[in-house]
Amino acid sequence: MEVKPKFLIKNGKRLDGRKVGEWREIKITTGVIPNADGSCQVDFGKTKVIAAVYGPRELHPKHMVLSDRALVRARYDMLSFSVEDRKRPGPGRREIEISKVIAEALRSVVMVEKFPRSVIDVFVTVIQADASTRIAGLNAASVALADAGIPMKGLVTGVAFGKIYDETGKGVMVADVFKPEDQWGEADIAYAKSIANDEVVLLQMDGDVTKKEFLEGKAMADKAIEYTYQEQVKALKAKYEGD
Amino acid sequence: MTEKNLIVPGEVIVEGMDYLPGDGTYRDGKMIKSSLLGLAQTRDRLVRVIPLSGRYMPKRDDPVIGIIKEVRYSNWVVEIKSPYDALMMVGEAVDRFIDLKKDKLSNFFNVGEALICRITNVDESMTPMVTARGPGLRKLTDGRIIDVSPSKIPRIIGKNASMVSLIKDRTGTKMFVGQNGRIWLQGGDEELAIKVIRMIEKDAHKVGLTDSIQKFLEGEVSGSKA
Amino acid sequence: MIDKVTLKLMNDSFKKGVRLDGRKLDEFRDITVETGVISKAEGSAMVSLGNSKVLVGVKVNAGEPYSDSPDSGVLMTGAELTAYSHDSFETGPPSPAAIEIARVVDRAIREAKIIDVSKLVIKSGEKVWLVFVDIYTINADGNIFDAATLGAMAALATAKLPIFKDGEIIRENLKDSLPVDGKVVSSTFVKVGESVLVDPTMQEESALDARLTIGIKDGNIVSLQKGGNHGFNDQEVEDMIDRSIVHSKKLLKALK
Repeated sequence: MEVKPKFLIKNGKRLDGRKVGEWREIKITTGVIPNADGSCQVDFGKTKVIAAVYGPRELHPKHMVLSDRALVRARYDMLSFSVEDRKRPGPGRREIEISKVIAEALRSVVMVEKFPRSVIDVFVTVIQADASTRIAGLNAASVALADAGIPMKGLVTGVAFGKIYDETGKGVMVADVFKPEDQWGEADIAYAKSIANDEVVLLQMDGDVTKKEFLEGKAMADKAIEYTYQEQVKALKAKYEGD
Repeated sequence: MTEKNLIVPGEVIVEGMDYLPGDGTYRDGKMIKSSLLGLAQTRDRLVRVIPLSGRYMPKRDDPVIGIIKEVRYSNWVVEIKSPYDALMMVGEAVDRFIDLKKDKLSNFFNVGEALICRITNVDESMTPMVTARGPGLRKLTDGRIIDVSPSKIPRIIGKNASMVSLIKDRTGTKMFVGQNGRIWLQGGDEELAIKVIRMIEKDAHKVGLTDSIQKFLEGEVSGSKA
Repeated sequence: MIDKVTLKLMNDSFKKGVRLDGRKLDEFRDITVETGVISKAEGSAMVSLGNSKVLVGVKVNAGEPYSDSPDSGVLMTGAELTAYSHDSFETGPPSPAAIEIARVVDRAIREAKIIDVSKLVIKSGEKVWLVFVDIYTINADGNIFDAATLGAMAALATAKLPIFKDGEIIRENLKDSLPVDGKVVSSTFVKVGESVLVDPTMQEESALDARLTIGIKDGNIVSLQKGGNHGFNDQEVEDMIDRSIVHSKKLLKALK
């Protein structure tokens, strides 16, 4: 079993060698599920998540139908072998909660009034987990929605940040936490914005931070979000450029 | 008309109150932004974005290829590759009078049968009504139906139907292009016609598409003769 | 649902020995098998069979043996026809179709004695290794049976065995492989009208009258599963067995 490390950052270097504000390698690819109307894979280092969008399509069960707009439904789940200890197939309470906040974040940008009575289904699947899976999933979902031709105000982009301790036990804010930092760190904050209107659309935290620390970490995440957004745009355009 | 720019949702297309936001765009203060992944186009003062993907949204007067999903007492439910199934009322199926007391509706159109129909109306709840009565509208019994992305249909048809005429002419294939992304083909060099349609689908966003398709067809047709 | 124009076209075309995607009736689609794709799994494989894509992972846990076989490890196979892999698939507990796939794959591996379960004992009667093979469709375009069997076989053949030490499972820097020996593959045939075709697409499956999956190891039949609402005649069954033995060679090549 893994033992809690003495520090998660020393001399400004994290366990994987990154600096505080540095993010892992980000790779974004569209079209990974040809059957879907839109799809996308997002890799944040070893975290790999795929998103697929089906719709707008007919909604069942009928009692969920909204007469004046489309329902945006999200389902986040992890493959059983995406984590160290096998996860039992099917969503549990954690997955259901994450699905809810992802759906709500996406509803803030999708122009649902264009498709009354229908459903837009968003499936987010973690194929390999190394922390920040919901944020990677949300990034993938927003690209998949655009890839599917769903009208939206803009993309949603997120980067997680957190608080980890150094060799003296002091808390340090960092961007894009990975597994050991998520597991042993003092705070883990999932954070995403709607780029078009600069609004916070997903925010979840567990841990303990001061307001100053929160704002410091958020500023780091904002930088990483800027970069991630450019990668999302590039991935969407890549399909139609070149040749 | 400005050049067509590839754009993603949320990107600013133009700034200024003298522009008008058209399809695929929205106004945000002084800016007009895209709501779609597509090609932005400004003509006069109207800004719009031509989509590159997306499902078919029924529009009045669109010719579509439907498949009968359900036969009911006095109408048919027609699947048209859209989130909204269409309804065909008993009077819209054939030119003769159907007597609901004597005739069985499934004798006219049965489940699984395909038809070329036209959308006559789309109501507020987005339910499309279709008719199979009119020139060119009919049941399909043979040939081949292929699926393409509905967003690519305008390019497959071409300006004043130039592209579809070109394909029919060079391949000798009978064709009907439904706005909902279903194409019916029969006879001639069907394989070649499908190959060309797939090429257009792949390169729909590129400039000089008509020229390159024309060149390809000339090569293929003269090549096969030689 | 398949429309009648396409159904007629398919039947006419099959009579001429050609399928709508240009294949002959007895021709598989292109196969690729990529292993080691998920680092958190003890073994994994991504299989493409034409446009069908299946991801299979192996996780190994320590647990109690079944009381009637205290000196055997346990193999457990699950499959999900995921809602994101096709427009018509739904979320929820595994469907009968998914359970059938899992059981057919499980049967082939078990009956071909691919895993030596006697080597998966940590302490007799108390602790053994539980091998979980989980199959997920990523993009479904027919014949998930054969893609899943290939994926399970490739994932198992490349899987590592964890170490059990002081009550803990160690999964890092593993050297020992799972006790896997031999290879099993399957070929699935469907009958549409009067024609029998191998490796059906989703469109062909939607028109099927009967289906047969044949598992082959070293030229012998190790598993069979008939599906569909109609039957095969004796000659057809015999022919499919012959063909499955021929196809098994190509499938084995894809496994390397």
